[in-house]
Amino acid sequence: MTKKLRRSMLFLPGANAAMLSTAFVFRPDSIMFDLEDAVSLREKDTARLLVFHTLRLPMYSDIEKVVRINPLSTPFGQADLEAAVRGGADVIRLPKTDCAEDVHELEAAVEAIERSCGRSVGSTQLMAAIESASGVVNAVAIAKASPRLIGIALAGFDYVMDMQTERGDGTELFYARCAVLHAARAAGIDAFDVVYGNVNDDEGFLKEVDLIKRLGFNGKSLINPRQIELLHRAYAPTEEDVDHAHRVIAAAEDAERRGLGVIALNGKMIDAPVIAHAERVLQRAAASGVSV
Amino acid sequence: MNIAKESIAGTLESNDLLVKVSPSLDASLEVHVISEVMYQFGAQIEATVHDELDRLGVKSGVVIIEDKGALDCTIRARVEAAILRSSGAEIDWSRLS
Repeated sequence: MTKKLRRSMLFLPGANAAMLSTAFVFRPDSIMFDLEDAVSLREKDTARLLVFHTLRLPMYSDIEKVVRINPLSTPFGQADLEAAVRGGADVIRLPKTDCAEDVHELEAAVEAIERSCGRSVGSTQLMAAIESASGVVNAVAIAKASPRLIGIALAGFDYVMDMQTERGDGTELFYARCAVLHAARAAGIDAFDVVYGNVNDDEGFLKEVDLIKRLGFNGKSLINPRQIELLHRAYAPTEEDVDHAHRVIAAAEDAERRGLGVIALNGKMIDAPVIAHAERVLQRAAASGVSV
Repeated sequence: MNIAKESIAGTLESNDLLVKVSPSLDASLEVHVISEVMYQFGAQIEATVHDELDRLGVKSGVVIIEDKGALDCTIRARVEAAILRSSGAEIDWSRLS
């Protein structure tokens, strides 16, 4: 089965009817309806209802739908979760995840709602956003806390506040990025990088995308639709990458037919990780419109 | 669910609507719709509002809709929000699901 591609996760403020009604046209890999920081306290109730109904729009049926709820410790978290799970969200994003217990608590609450509304138990996936020093230190335990987790994300603003620093050239995020990424890979789930706040600075955005791509992140949270195409282009493999991936797959299939174990292509060993990488390259190429 | 006091939900931005509800003086249910797309969709908007009021069990009140080209799902959400704010009741999610 092909793994879901998650390069771009576009944030949408849950209280903004215009954006909720039209954002499907931008075609990000995932859309994240935000009920937390992007919604004022007095609009929490209406945003929750808007998101509940928007989740059911047919125009969003082929886009992965993520809902960022308020923490369950707030007066809003449980109601947000009811709206998201009953509305049909694919993934619940938990903010401010500091430890594995936060994920366990969410998992139990989701299961109770699934049973109550007749949704298949286990069908709601989870992701955890790590936004503090405690969360980074506990990243491995968080990433392994539930089979429902599809990924963990680093949230930069709260994290740098907690670290008593501020956003700069990326040095301030280096340890956290590496820790979150290693935790995700150790757990076999996806890793998502922080948002890039200056939507008018394409050069700075692309520099950051180049860094996180080379580190190994699956993708990035985005706050402006303009960033989607830039990100997808940066993640697109070159024609040389695609050509090489085809040759790896062909060599592997040939070896399989001939019953060979280890094979080589141009003098380099081809094994399972190399084949898996080649498959990911072809998947990204297909999604990016690169000729395959 | 009762419309117990005046309340509003929504905005007058494009793709949205403003819903104002207030108690009725004679226990009747009145729905007034003003829309930028009244000619094409007025009847459909009114039907959606009535359907939502039925679903919430609202029997009386005055409901004024100022629509700015909202989708059906937005109309439902804003009507529900205005009624819930007015009644002070908690959402019965099983009724909306």
